[in-house]
Amino acid sequence: METVETFFQWLRQSHGINLTIGYDAWDRAQFLSGLWMTVKLSVLSILFSLLVGVVGAWAQGAQSRLLRLPVGLFVTFFRNTPPLVQLYFFFFALGSILRVQNDAGMSVPMISAFSWAVISLTLFAGALNTEIFRSGIDAVPKSTLEAAEALGFTRLQTYIYVVLPLALRISLPSLGTNLVNLVKTTTLAYAIAVPELLYSAAQIWSEQLNVREMMTILLLSYILLVAVLVWIMGRWERSLRIPGYGV
Amino acid sequence: MAHTEGRWTEAQPIVSLKDVRKSYGTVQVLNGISLDIMKGEVVCIIGPSGSGKSTLIRCINALADIQGGSIQVEGQEVHDAKLDKLALRKKIGMVFQQYNLFPHKTALQNVMMAPVKVLKENRVEVEKRARELIRKVRLEGKENSYPGELSGGQQQRVAIARSLAMRPDIMLFDEVTAALDPETVKEVLVTIKDLAAEGMTCILVTHEMGFAREVADHIYFTDKGVIVEHGPPETFFTNASDPRTRQFLSQVL
Repeated sequence: METVETFFQWLRQSHGINLTIGYDAWDRAQFLSGLWMTVKLSVLSILFSLLVGVVGAWAQGAQSRLLRLPVGLFVTFFRNTPPLVQLYFFFFALGSILRVQNDAGMSVPMISAFSWAVISLTLFAGALNTEIFRSGIDAVPKSTLEAAEALGFTRLQTYIYVVLPLALRISLPSLGTNLVNLVKTTTLAYAIAVPELLYSAAQIWSEQLNVREMMTILLLSYILLVAVLVWIMGRWERSLRIPGYGV
Repeated sequence: MAHTEGRWTEAQPIVSLKDVRKSYGTVQVLNGISLDIMKGEVVCIIGPSGSGKSTLIRCINALADIQGGSIQVEGQEVHDAKLDKLALRKKIGMVFQQYNLFPHKTALQNVMMAPVKVLKENRVEVEKRARELIRKVRLEGKENSYPGELSGGQQQRVAIARSLAMRPDIMLFDEVTAALDPETVKEVLVTIKDLAAEGMTCILVTHEMGFAREVADHIYFTDKGVIVEHGPPETFFTNASDPRTRQFLSQVL
């Protein structure tokens, strides 16, 4: 560890590159906790948004208009409005209503900024996932479903054993694009003071005045995070690949 | 012939259509079709495109509904709101022009899926039966191939095995060789011929006149939603009386 710190000290002294996170324990801890916060935001939003997408796509394909209409409105709302405005709406508009009294009798928010960020990002990405899964489901040939029907499969069995496995494979490329965007959109949480990567980097550069260095580190960090996600999506896609099948 | 439910015997038609009518919007597709098929019979339905052949057999297993008349399978009315569709589909296997295999499952899994998931049968027994069926359609060694790795003719034979795995009493074939090249048509027809020889009741919509002549017990010629002419192949192909039938035959033979 010490040699690392010596290296970064030397880098600053001889080249003027001031990477405080390399030699300053406080800055490093701040940076790593920001990175960890971004990972948590991303993973939780990805998982919940996938769930929203599967359920939403299923509801959109339902017979009942009563079910299809709210999902259509949900998708339109979250697709047609800016995610930053959505986040502000949740945090400032809804958050100011949802307050409770704590033990000391003070009014405190019921839902933390972090939770609002997860909720907001989940719904934003979930709306797009709904559309992505929906198009995947639509791309499953009707004739394949008819074959399942002729074999005695119920609608639910057909959905589980035939439609979903095929729709997922068709959807994966666009799903990957949307999830990559979701990881990058977590930076919006900065706007409601969730101490994620951008927030912690900004804290560091405003104290140490090393904007250029921290910007570079910030960009590299996102490149790395997204690369990990792309690698996972690629492995998933490969594991689902069907020999001789087009998608 | 109207049957009372539950009292069907093999002396009665296994499939019986009475004045079946169907339309898509204002287009009348079936215009009063009546026919009786006995157990073990092989019936071919031929006719020009758009004459309602495919619609006719799709109505038999309730993939399409009808607006009038009656269809009975083993004495049971098919177009009845209270119909147990699973029971009907266990009785009737169907093979499609485009094979319609499940592309994400291997040949063996395609054959096993319905008995395991729909009939909840024991997986080990189903697998044994599925392997026998794959042998029967002459595809040993292709058990673990995915549909995308098989030729059209091989896929179609997997589709036949998949239907047979449900142990149906009746098989419906909807232009099953229409999408195949001439060389692979034969391998599929041989499989169907084997089935017919074993006494399976088969209803085929086909354009293979030579095949119809060879395997069919009875041939129906449909045009504009009605049966124009029918009879055993010997008389049908040589002594057709209706001018439309004669004209059609002169074009295809």
